[in-house]
This record gives sequence, C-alpha cells and structure tokens, in this order.
Amino acid sequence: MRPPDWRNPQPSGIYDLVILGAGPAGLLAARGAATLGRKVALIERNLLGGNCLSTGCVPSKALIRTSRLYARMREAESLGVGQADTEQADAAAAMLRIRRLQARLSRADSAIQLRERGVDLYFGTGAFIGPSRLKVDDEAVLTFRKALVATGAQPLRPQIPGLEEAGYRTNETIFNLEATPARLLVIGGGPLGCELAQAFCRLGSQVTIAQDEPMFLPGEERDAAQILAESMASDGVQTHLNTKVVGVRTEGKQKIVSLLSEDNKMTVQADEILAGIGRVPNVEGMGLEAAQVKYDTASGIRVNDFLQTTNPRIYAAGDVCLERKFTHMADATARMVLHNAFLRGRYRLSALTVPWCTYTDPEIAHVGLYVREAREQSIPVKTFTILMHDVDRAVTDGDEAGFLKIHLRDGTDKILGATIVARRAGEMINELSLAITAGIGLRKLGRVVHAYPTQSLAIKMAADAYHRHRLSKSGR
Amino acid sequence: MSQISDADEELIARFQRAAFAYFLEHVNPSNGLVADTSRANAPASIAVVGFALSCYPVAVMRGWMARTQAVERTLTTLRFFRQSEQSAAAEATGYKGFYYHFLDMQSGRRVWDCELSLIDSTFLLAGMLTASMFFTDDDPREREIRKLADALYRRVDWRWAQGGATTVRQGWKADSGFLHYGWEGYSEASLLYVLGLASPTHPLSPKGYDAWTATYQWENIYDFEYLYAGPLFIHQYSHAWIDFDGIRDKFMREKHSDYFQNTCRAIQIQREYARRNPNEFRGYTADCWGISANEGPGPKREVLDSVERRFFGYVARGVPFGPDDGTLAPGVMLGSIAFAPDIVLSTLRVLCERYPQLTQQARLPGGFNPTFPDNGPQGWVADGFYGLDQGLIVVMIENFRSRLIWQLLRRCRYIAQGLRRAGFRGGWLGQRA
Repeated sequence: MRPPDWRNPQPSGIYDLVILGAGPAGLLAARGAATLGRKVALIERNLLGGNCLSTGCVPSKALIRTSRLYARMREAESLGVGQADTEQADAAAAMLRIRRLQARLSRADSAIQLRERGVDLYFGTGAFIGPSRLKVDDEAVLTFRKALVATGAQPLRPQIPGLEEAGYRTNETIFNLEATPARLLVIGGGPLGCELAQAFCRLGSQVTIAQDEPMFLPGEERDAAQILAESMASDGVQTHLNTKVVGVRTEGKQKIVSLLSEDNKMTVQADEILAGIGRVPNVEGMGLEAAQVKYDTASGIRVNDFLQTTNPRIYAAGDVCLERKFTHMADATARMVLHNAFLRGRYRLSALTVPWCTYTDPEIAHVGLYVREAREQSIPVKTFTILMHDVDRAVTDGDEAGFLKIHLRDGTDKILGATIVARRAGEMINELSLAITAGIGLRKLGRVVHAYPTQSLAIKMAADAYHRHRLSKSGR
Repeated sequence: MSQISDADEELIARFQRAAFAYFLEHVNPSNGLVADTSRANAPASIAVVGFALSCYPVAVMRGWMARTQAVERTLTTLRFFRQSEQSAAAEATGYKGFYYHFLDMQSGRRVWDCELSLIDSTFLLAGMLTASMFFTDDDPREREIRKLADALYRRVDWRWAQGGATTVRQGWKADSGFLHYGWEGYSEASLLYVLGLASPTHPLSPKGYDAWTATYQWENIYDFEYLYAGPLFIHQYSHAWIDFDGIRDKFMREKHSDYFQNTCRAIQIQREYARRNPNEFRGYTADCWGISANEGPGPKREVLDSVERRFFGYVARGVPFGPDDGTLAPGVMLGSIAFAPDIVLSTLRVLCERYPQLTQQARLPGGFNPTFPDNGPQGWVADGFYGLDQGLIVVMIENFRSRLIWQLLRRCRYIAQGLRRAGFRGGWLGQRA
C-alpha cells in the first residue's frame, strides 16, 4: 500500500539501478541491489506486491483453500465421519479471509521497510525519456546506469460482442466480490479459469466453463487434462469443450451468453462472467521506444538469454518478457538480472529448470520436457508411471486420483521431465525440479530414503520401477 | 491357431456364430447397410458396415452363408456406396470419398447431424478391401466387387482430410469445417494412416505419420512397458485387419517391440488394473476385465455403501487413468482373443459362470456394470447389442482360429504399400526390421 502521508524522495545523482514495477521481480531486485550496496530506485504506479498479492496467487489460493474444505466436508461420510452440514458456504467469510491474508502478507514489503533498506521508492508512473533517463510522472527525472523493467502483465480482454456492455470480471476484479454469484460463467479453460471454476463451484455457485480447445490446460499432458475435466465435472461444473463464447446480452440483471460448439448453438444464463483467457504484458505508456527497447504487445519485451533488452543497459524480468508468467519465474529472472548486471554473472534464461502447477483439485504440476517436446527433438523417451492409487498415503488420505510420470531419456536414467497429478502435486514437483537442476538421475533418486507414508514416496516408487526394469533387462 | 481344448473351441465357435447372426438380423438387404445397435430405429453405422463386409468371408468359410449369398450382400453394399450422394449437402451420404458416421437405414442419407467420420470411413474401406481380397473368383459379380472396392478406395481424398495440417483431422461438418477432438497419442488410427499413405490418387503427406507417432507415450505401468492408450478398443481395431505381428515402424524399432506385442501388454495392464481394483468396483478381478469405450448406466450419481459413485453414459473409459465407473466391455474383452487366448478364454469362462444371464445367448452386450444395482449379479446391462462389438468378435475370433482376415489383407497391395510408407519393415513385409 502507499502510505497516506507518503512523499516521494528527491532524486540525487545517478542510480545504479532503476526498477519499473514493484511486483515480485521488482521488489526482489530492489532489495537485492540495496543489499549489494547499490543506489536503487523503485517505481510503482499502483500497489506494492504486484498481481500475485493483489489479484493473483494469494487471493486465489486462499479461496481454493476454503473451497477444498467444503469439498472435503462433502466427502466426510466416505472418510468415516458423519455427514457434515455443507449446504451453505459462508462465501462472505471466505472473501474476508482473503483480505486479511493479503494484509498480513503485504507487511513483508511495506513502503517504510523498503525505505529503511535504502531503496528510493517512488509512487507514480515511470516512463523512459532516453536510453538512460526516466521520469516519474512530471515530478522527477531519474538517471541510471542500469534499469530493470518488471511491469508484469494484465488480463487479456476477450473480444466478444456484447461482453463489455454486459460487464465481466477478470482476476483483477473477481476477488472484490463479497459473496459467490449464484451462476458464474467462466470463459477460458487455462489454469486461472479451471482453478476458479472449481473453487466457486465448491463454494456453491452454479458454474459453467467454456473452453475453445478440445481439452483444458492446452499444452499439458492429455491424461492430466482428462483427469481434471473429470474432477471438475464430478464437482458439478458444467464443462463445454471446443466451445466458443460468441455473444453476450443482458436481460434485467442476468447475462445471457451464447455458446457455439461445432455447429451447435446454446445459451447459458449467468449472474457473473469471469474471463480467464490469458495475460498480456504491460509494455505500453512507459517510453520503451525512447529507451530503444524493442517489444511486442503480445509477447512482451524482447530479451536475450541474459535478460538484456535491445538496450543492453536495460534488463527485463517476469511477466513483461516471459512466455511462462509465474511468480517464481519473476523471482528467478530478477535474481538472474542482479547477477548478470552487478556480479558479472552469465546466467542464462534457457538454463533454468522451471516447475509449475495448476492448483485445481487434484493439482497438476510439471517440470522439464513433455514427451512430445522431447520426441520433436528426436530424443527417445521412456516414462515411468506410478498411479496415486498405489501410494499408501494417497490411499489413506483418500487422494487416489492422479499419477506421477517421470520421463527419462530412453536407455539412461536422465530425467527429462515429469508430470504429477495429485492433491499436493505442487509440493511434490520440487524434488524432481531439484533432481533435474542438479543432474541427479532416477537411479540415484532411488537411493534417497523417503519418509513413509508420504505421497512423495511415489517418486521413490518410480525409481524402484526403474531399478526393477534394469534388473529384468540385465537378467535377460 | 494356438492349441486349445475342444470345449474351448466349441465355446468360442458358439460366441462367434452368435455374433455373426447380428449381421443377418440387422441388415437392410436392399442396400447392405447394417444397424449401429439392435435397438429399434437405430441408424446404420458405416464402421459396422465395414465389419459386416469383413464378416461375410468368415461366414462363407465357416459355412454359415453360401458364397453366392455373400457375394450378393457385398455387391449390394458396394453398389449402394458407389451410387450414394457424395457432396457437401447436409443430408448427403458422404463427401470427398468419406462417409457420414451414421446413415438412415432406408435412404442411406446422413442422420443425427453427425460428422463426416474419417476413422469410421477407414473401417468401412477396410471391409471393402477385405471383400475385394476374398472374392477373387473369375466371375463377373466377384470381378465387380473388386472393381467397385478399388474405385471407392481410390476416390477418397486423404490429402483433403489433413485440412492443411500435418496430421489427419478427426471429422468434418459442412457448417463448421474440420473437427478437432484433441486426439493425441496412440489411437485406433493406424489403419487410417496406412490406407491414407497408400492411396494412388490422393495420398496423405508422408510426414503425417511421423507427426502422429511423435505424440506417442511409451510408459512403464505396473512393471509392463507399452505404448499407452487407455481404452482397450484402441489396441484392437486396426488389428482386426492388419497383422502387426513381427512388423515394426521406426517407433517400435526404437522400443524393440511391435504393435501386436503392445496389445498383449495392454491386455496384461487391463488385467492388472482389474486385479488391483483401486475404485473397489464389484466384479473386477484378474479374470474379469475389459475397460473400453462403451455405454454405461449413467449419467447418474448414486451413493452406494456410503460412497458417492458417478456413472457415465457412452464414454471412452480407460485404464489406468480412467474414466472408470465400473462398466465392463465384454465384447472388446473377447475381441482380445488373438492376442492373449489363454487369458481371454479364462475370462470368458468366468463370465459364463458368474453372469449366466449375460452369456446364455452367447451374444455379448455393449456393457454391463455389476456395481450399479439392478436385477442380478451382472448389475446394469446395456440395452441391446452393438454392431461394432459383434464385428470385432467375429473377425478377431477368426483371426485367432484361422488368421483369415489377416492373411487376406496381407496380400492387399494397398495395405503393404501403406505400411511401407509408414516405415514398417520386417516380418511378413519381407524386409529387415
């Protein structure tokens, strides 16, 4: 938050680093540069913390937590507990909890703390006025040796006739709701759409999701996407795949949404519409042309493998320049920029091993190559698959839906990639991310003693399967 | 044929004969079209017609049908498709040499607003080619069969079916164009690529097969290694016509396996999944398995023994990732006999013993679900019979007993050409693998 009595500092001298955007990448870079003893300025036009805290991961995961509890309560009888009263979800309380958690987590990066760390924090709109100069509103001109653009991304706005007039929400506005809508239509079956469709459904909304692709989570493993589709349908989400939203109109307070699937037309009534069709980088209105920084409105700022823009003294990090727009990528790329800009590092973007997770139930996590990517590179692949229904802890927890797949270069134990579909897949994927980053093969992973009973034991079971496979081959 | 007891031989002969009777009972003799199911007013399915054309030679060989009668039925069918409307009109029978999935039994025109189905057209064409390879007598009517089958195959525009993409599209409708179901990975489409690649007139581009196989996933599941596909039928349909035993494409050479062996492993995995029975469905055991695309008791939700169960209607059920609602596909199980005769015979005996109501007529239903409560231990049973199940049973039992369909299609130049163009070598194709 911007403190009510906040006054921007007066610039003096040349900054070692000027950062545009105080989201995860900008905050990390500001703190890091200050720790290195560099003179650093951070410019933010809205709220500290960026999308993640205000409109992204933090509020959505808080909502998902509450919705999961409701879903679990409905399963109470199968877990040996009497039927729980789940008729009425207290959505208002869930929304209140989100705001309380946001306030708590925002304390870590308050404006005062940044100032105390030696960061010159400017609230206002920053825009380049030359290759090494930038102004904040019309109040201050900052000169820099290095700059970092970390302005993030914003929701992509669907071009659907009548949608603007009828009104819709994005991740920037959905968490402002004070209660769950009776009927919610979700446009887009990517991570955001799937997570929130399931969460709102579990909190009592009648949810319809329209995805214009044949599967949810395009690009993800087919089996993972199918398990997710099955899980959402089981929750009661009305799923429409291969379906486009072709028009919206209002009738009184309700929105009438027209859908088209192949040549079948249908309409759905909704009280709220959530658009989750992707995100576009924030690249406009910041004078990138004056700074000789090339960009594209769809793909963002063009960077090289060291995250330098076409102006080598200006770097970019996070959503504004990356295809995969994750908070942890913002963090990782901000660290790379600090190393490359001030510590003579030669860290490469292409060398990063990046896991990600969609926080549906079950969660879907992935790291490294997909099989099709490996095969397109003519890399032979063998996959070791463990079903969660064979993992004792998953059975005792009632978390049997899902699987672990570890993709190896065929004939070796080198881990190329992995996909996990499990209730806690996001926690489990990190072990495989570590293995890939450190070059640890599946054979060596098999020597790691895993605590029993845990769901992560699935990884050890895959290693054991690999071991049995090797023995059976050598025994032939 | 593998050595089996006389009792088992008698058992499978009974089921094969009963399955074939479907094609006599549900055919329109005036145009050769065969109903999708035995239900009243069911339309014809072009894939079922493809199986029918493949079953007539079996019936001739087994003495269930006079050759002249089989020739008559086959000719009627081929003449119908030759004369039917091929256009983009909404109720045409086909377009670009392909056919709509479901046709009116009487008029032969498109029904149900269905799609122009590339895969079902493939099965129909395979049936036509089977007929052309069987009816080889120097007789005007048999010559006409061969001529028509060849003409109908040659007129198919496979290149068009790529829709400008590298791989084949899955369907087409006049109003919305090519359909995209997101099929990725191994599927029943091997036969489609083989026939498409071999076309002397409008062949698929050679890169299509490689692009398709690039989506394959070779997995180790339950300690079995195989090319994954969930529903059992995927591992069988192309195999009804092509003998994949010992021939290998690039992918299978890399994996030191072949597609025949792969189906054997898929059966083992089905069996192992049923033995583990993670969802605790009634009836699943190592001797009672068979999870595939078929009808089910749903869509319904029922709380049974404190567990909420969700039952599906017609969906592609699969192993081991699901979906699975406890519905078994006995026809597809029996269709596995050529790959794993001992396992299948043992399962068939268990079925007969455990569910006599299901098997007493020796014709297997499209599905049953012992978990879904109904009248008897077999639980819910699909209404009527599916032509695809009956066709698969007739053809695969015959392939097991005499290899008839495999032998016929081995001699088909289009099949051999298509396999070679897809990169298959070795075995009966006569080149080193």
